[in-house]
This record gives sequence, C-alpha cells and structure tokens, in this order.
Amino acid sequence: MALLSVEDLRVSFPSPQGRVNVVDGISFELGQERLGIVGESGSGKSMTGRALLRLIRPPGRVEGRMRFEGQDLAALSERQMRALRGARISMIMQDPRYSLNPVMTVGTQIAEALRVHEHLPRREVRARVRQMLDSVRITDPDRVAGLYAHELSGGMGQRVMIAMMLIPRPRLLIADEPTSALDVSVQADVLRLIDDLVRDRSTADGGMALILISHDLPLVARYCDRILVMNAGRIVESCAASDLHLASHPYTRGLLAAVPKMNETRAELPVMDRSAWAGT
Amino acid sequence: MQLQAWLLDDSPASRGQAAAGRAYRVSLDLMRNPLALVGMLIILLLILTAALAPWIAPETPVGQDLTRRLVPPSSEHWMGTDQLGRDIFSRVIYGARVTLLIVALVAVISAPLGLLIGAVSGYFGGWTDRILMGMTDVFLSMPKLVLALAFAAALGPGIENAIIAIAITTWPAYARIARAEALTIRNTEFVAATRLLGASHTRIITRQVLPLCTSSMIIRVTLDMAGIILTAAGLGFLGLGAQPPLPEWGAMISSGRSFIFDQWWVATMPGFAIIVVSLGFCFLGDGLRDVLDPKSEGK
Amino acid sequence: MTAISLGNVDIGYGGQRVVEAVTFDVARGESFALVGESGSGKSTVLKALVGLAPEWSGKMSVLGRSCVHRPDRDLARRCQMVFQDPYGSLHPRKTVDAVLSEPLTIHGIGGQDARVERALSDVGLDRRFRFRYPHQMSGGQRQRVAIARALMLEPEVMLLDEPTSALDVSVQAEILNLLKRLRAERGLTYLMVTHNLPVVSFLCDRMAVMNKGKIVEIAATKALHDGRFTDPYSKALYAASGGGGSTE
Repeated sequence: MALLSVEDLRVSFPSPQGRVNVVDGISFELGQERLGIVGESGSGKSMTGRALLRLIRPPGRVEGRMRFEGQDLAALSERQMRALRGARISMIMQDPRYSLNPVMTVGTQIAEALRVHEHLPRREVRARVRQMLDSVRITDPDRVAGLYAHELSGGMGQRVMIAMMLIPRPRLLIADEPTSALDVSVQADVLRLIDDLVRDRSTADGGMALILISHDLPLVARYCDRILVMNAGRIVESCAASDLHLASHPYTRGLLAAVPKMNETRAELPVMDRSAWAGT
Repeated sequence: MQLQAWLLDDSPASRGQAAAGRAYRVSLDLMRNPLALVGMLIILLLILTAALAPWIAPETPVGQDLTRRLVPPSSEHWMGTDQLGRDIFSRVIYGARVTLLIVALVAVISAPLGLLIGAVSGYFGGWTDRILMGMTDVFLSMPKLVLALAFAAALGPGIENAIIAIAITTWPAYARIARAEALTIRNTEFVAATRLLGASHTRIITRQVLPLCTSSMIIRVTLDMAGIILTAAGLGFLGLGAQPPLPEWGAMISSGRSFIFDQWWVATMPGFAIIVVSLGFCFLGDGLRDVLDPKSEGK
Repeated sequence: MTAISLGNVDIGYGGQRVVEAVTFDVARGESFALVGESGSGKSTVLKALVGLAPEWSGKMSVLGRSCVHRPDRDLARRCQMVFQDPYGSLHPRKTVDAVLSEPLTIHGIGGQDARVERALSDVGLDRRFRFRYPHQMSGGQRQRVAIARALMLEPEVMLLDEPTSALDVSVQAEILNLLKRLRAERGLTYLMVTHNLPVVSFLCDRMAVMNKGKIVEIAATKALHDGRFTDPYSKALYAASGGGGSTE
C-alpha cells in the first residue's frame, strides 16, 4: 500500500473574481521513494505541501482525499493532526532564520521537538540531540547546541532545522525549497545530507519518504526518483527522474530549455509562450 | 457601467485615468466597510450642517430671550434653551461650523508640519535626526492639554489661539510616525535607484518618501480628530478656547455645568454632538486604515 | 579604452572592511561578471562605484572619470544600475509612466512622451503597461520596467546586481535575452554581480571570482566550458554549481 495517496486535491482562495483554485485537482501516490514537485511561482507546489500537513488557514479551503498510512488526513481532529505533524510527517521550510525560535537555544529547540512526541529521561534526550546534531554533520555538537538562531550561518541553520525535523523519526519528510536561501556550495551539502538521511533510514527503521518541492528542475532531477511538474495548479508531467530528458509536455520541455547551461553557446534562450498555459 | 469599466481598466490610457482608477478602487473598498460608511455619513452630515447652518437652524445662535430661560426640550425647542434663553438646537447647529473650523485648521497646520519634520529626520538620520527628534520628544513629553493650556494662556483666550495651541501639541506624534516610515523607506531599492538617477535629496523626500508616509498620516489624523475635538472642547470648557457668545460645544457644556442636575439638557445636548462627531472620525479612521494600509495593498 | 577601472580598492561598511584590494578593468563594450557567494563583497563593489557605499579608498573610475563618494549627477547620465529585487526597486505608488519620466525630469530632458513609449517598446512591454502600478504587474514585467528606467538616460555602462535571481527560470530566460539584445543594440558595457555561473556563461565575456572580500581569480568565461580554473576556491564553486558534467 502506498504511504501517501492524494486524490483530486484542490486548494482554493477567495479573490474579487470569486474563488480561485491554487491547486486544481491533483492526484498522486507516494511510496518509499523520493518525489520531487517542480514548478514556478504560483504553480501551487508549496500549497500542495502545506495542504498535506493541513497548514492552510481560512479563508483558504482544501478539498479532496489525502490518505497517509491508510488514515484519512481530512478526518483527523486538530489534536490528532498535531500529533501527526512532526512525529510522522515533518516539513523543512525555505529560510531557517524564520523557522527557528530566536529566544531559545538550538539544543533546547531540538530537545523540545523530541519531547513533544516522546517521553524520555533527560539524559537520553541529551544523548539523542547530540547524536542528531552529529548525524547532520555538525562537527561540534555541544557548542552548537548552546547557540541561538541568529548566531548560525544559513547552512548551519538549515542543518539544525533538519535535525529538529528528523529527531522524532518521521515517515515522510516534506522539504519546501530547503536550499534556495543558501549559497551554492552549501546547497549541495544540505541536499546531500537530506539524501543520505533518507537513504539510511529506508534500511533501518521503517524507512522514510521524501517530497522535495523546488523551482529548480535540474536540482530535483539529481536528488529524486520521480518528478511531478506543476503548472497553474495542475500536474502537467509525471516521470522518473532519469527520464526527464524524455519529458513530453511542452511546458516541461520549455522549462528545461530555458535554464542557461554552464557551457552555454546558444545566442538566445528559448522562451515559453506564456499565453498557451494561461499561468500566473 | 461604461464609466465603471473605464475606472477599473487594468491598463489605463492616461495618468488621469490611472489616478482616478486608484481613487475609485479605494472608495469601493471603503464603501464595503460598514463602520467606515457610518463614519463617512456622520462627517458628511457635519459638513452639510456647517455649510447650511443658517437654513437649518430655526433661530440665530446668539439671540437671547430671558423670558424663556432653561426651557426643557419640546416641539418648539428640540433641545431646549439655555440660561440666556437661546435655542440650544440652533447653537449646536452653528457649533458644527466652529468644530469643523478647528478640526480643519489643526489638520492643515499640524499634519504637514509633522510629516515634513519626521520625513526629513528619518531620511537623513544622524545629527539631523537627533536634533529634530530631540525637539519632538520635548513636545511629546508634555501632557497635551496642559501644553495647549499654557499656550492658550500665553497667547490669550480665543478660538484662533486655541487652534494654534492644539496644532503645536499635535505635530510631534505625526513627526514620530513619519520618521518611522521614512527610516524604512530610505533603505529601499527604489530610493537607491532614484538617487542613482541623480535626484536631489529634496526631490527624493517630496516625491518618494512623503507619498508613502501620507496614507498612515491620513489614518492617524482622522483617528486623532476625535482627540482634537475633545481638546478644543476641553479648552472651551476651561474658558480658554472659544469665547461667549460663540457657540462652541465645549464652552456650551461648560456653561451648562452649573445646571447639570436640574436642567440636564443644557450640557448634554452639545455633549452628544461631540460624541457623535468623534465617533464618526474614529469609524472613518479605522476604515481608512483597512483600505489604505500599504501592507495590505496589491494582494 | 576602459569603461570601468578599479585600482587597489578597499571598501568598508559600518566601520568593517568588507572588500580588500580589488583591482580590475572592464573594457568598453565588454560584459564582465563578479561572481561569489553571499558575503563575498561582490555587491558592495557595485554600490561603491555608484556612491551608495561611500566608505572606500583606492582608485575607481567610470569612462575615464574618477568616482566620488556619493551618488553623482554626471555619473548618472553615463552609468546606471539594475537591482536584484523587482518588488523593491519600484515605488509602490507610482505608475510605470511616472517611474520612467522621473529621470527625464531630473535631467531636464524634453520629449518625455515619445521617450517613455520608446523605452517601453525597447524592453518588450506593451504600451498598455504604461499607466499601471507595480502591484498590477508580475516580477518579470517589473524587472523590465526597472531596466527601462536605467536605460532612460541612455547610459553607456550598466551595473547589474543579480538582475534575475528573484525570477522564475522561464522569466529569467526572457530577461537574460533582453539584456543580451540591449547590449548588442546599444554597445553597452555590463558589470554584473551574480552567484549563478550558467548566467555568466550566457551573458558575460570575462569574470572575477570573489571570496571573502578579495578577488581570487579573473578568468575568461570560456573557463566555464572546461573548468580550467587555477584557484582552489573557483574550482570548488564551479563544482558546487554543477560544473564538470554532473548535471543532465
């Protein structure tokens, strides 16, 4: 059975012209794999991630069926949902500077994430935090645990976020643009780290699936097994990452061609005819 | 319908149409807010009353008739008469003129003054900021009514001096707001881009900084109107504002004070007028805040 | 002839030295890139050139005239800048028309109507955008307006501060094409700051790699084709950006 199945998911927001579907009836299944959701701004990719965690606030509205480990997410109470968030589905946001609490030390925050879901003796919590910081390749975990969010660099902050999100051992990790606020050299480190953690877990205890949401098609292709391309709230292409160069939909092809290459020789970059997709 | 389409056009054809379109959108939003609508109606009523006072009021506001002193409200005198036999309804109607005059003059004097001082202070920063804000703080640290009282006492009682006194005490708050806005605006890229075009500081302050400060200023001034009316009434009440026989609402309450237990209407009627008008400005100010707030725009 | 010349320039920011001993020349008509990661001081160099970062020492000149420590009216006619954030670089309460007329008014240039219309068509915007406000436009359209504003005074040198990094890839392609076309049509000199090496490959002739406030290497863009960098930091940056064949 699939870990997560989404059927005809719609997310709508009111506008002066009536309700607008930001996510417009998408369906997909997720097993023990790494799924990439790619799209440009306004494609609805981030809203899809948020809808899965029921993080869309009114006046936004979510319709459709979402089943996680056989449970209907829409039917859960807010309290059950809170227990699920973090413990079994975790989310890494774009900018760690806004997601970390500025007045709590990093160690306390990670411990907090663990304590909410598990009752452990204090010493064991300390050990788990240390081990987790170690596993996100922070070389001096004891020192870093005592720091505040503003004392961390971007890459370090994102590692701390990942540690915080993974310490309760979730089954599904949603990473929404986890590296777009980071420098290129750090980007690769963070993505490789997420990748390793996902792979390690799949053999150890129960495994973990990944949904990587990004605007960067080549990047997603490098770190995922399967790719969904979204445009204007719909999935326009679904393919294995290795078959990306065989993508058939003109939108996907347009996106691929529009990216400048490292050894660029084209005099002009191909441009998409926007009117054809009526995107935002 | 055609006019509406012209106003709401997404691609206006001229500067005029673009400006009219924006004004139309703001007023549409304002209309959708019921409280703001009530506020607007009240203020419209105030303006109409002030303009048409001679036609609305049944009697002159100063005509004394000692034979009908302190008559309770009746069909003949809707709000009764005061200790000199003057028709209170007529005085309240004419009082609208005085109130409107105070409010308008204070706004015209203090808002631009505060705006300019705040914008200059925030835009330049450094020593300019320290000196201007030091001055502002001195004014801010004194209680408004006491300061107005001191000014009114120094300049002599009278409505003009009351207006000057109130204007002098209200600008510091506006300067503070404008400075806070200017501090964020001066670091924006559009200001940097305009500086690179070779624009002078004066030009940047007047064309870039001030237009963005004005909406929060309009909101604040509207909300402060109630306070201004009350301060003016307070000065009138203390005998330092409008002088008799000028029908100023605060002064009218003051003179009705001695009969408050037996002839309640003398002080209550102008009191009502103050409350209604103050409320009107508060409602409108709240509505304007929802509509004009730059942070909520364009979403 | 050199368009931009920096000789041993140090730049400070709030008392701290963020750029150290930077030296490079950009020839007229050349497109030169400053690449590096955040905190490398690459944007600070642009700001110092136009006088927005006044704490600098050394020698800087644009088109043979020495730079001063504040924004300069004369320099404005010859050198303009395009900023990174198309949402922040346009005044939220001004129409496109007002934004584009402003430089003309400041410098007392007549024939505004025709010039604004031409500028719009030059950057590929329909004339119906002329009286729109920024919030009625997309990011790419705003960036076109910002480019049009920079071009209003017909400068010879354009400083580009990450002009496409806030845009979607498909929009980025449009803006990059536009910048390339404008340069060809008008013989502009570009000095671009970016962290995106493929963009450099598309738009630039030469590049300087910056790290921690210093230039570690100046190379021709051809180095991006084969990865022939000499400095270890440049090599690492090249590899991290997907250079050396790991992409596709």
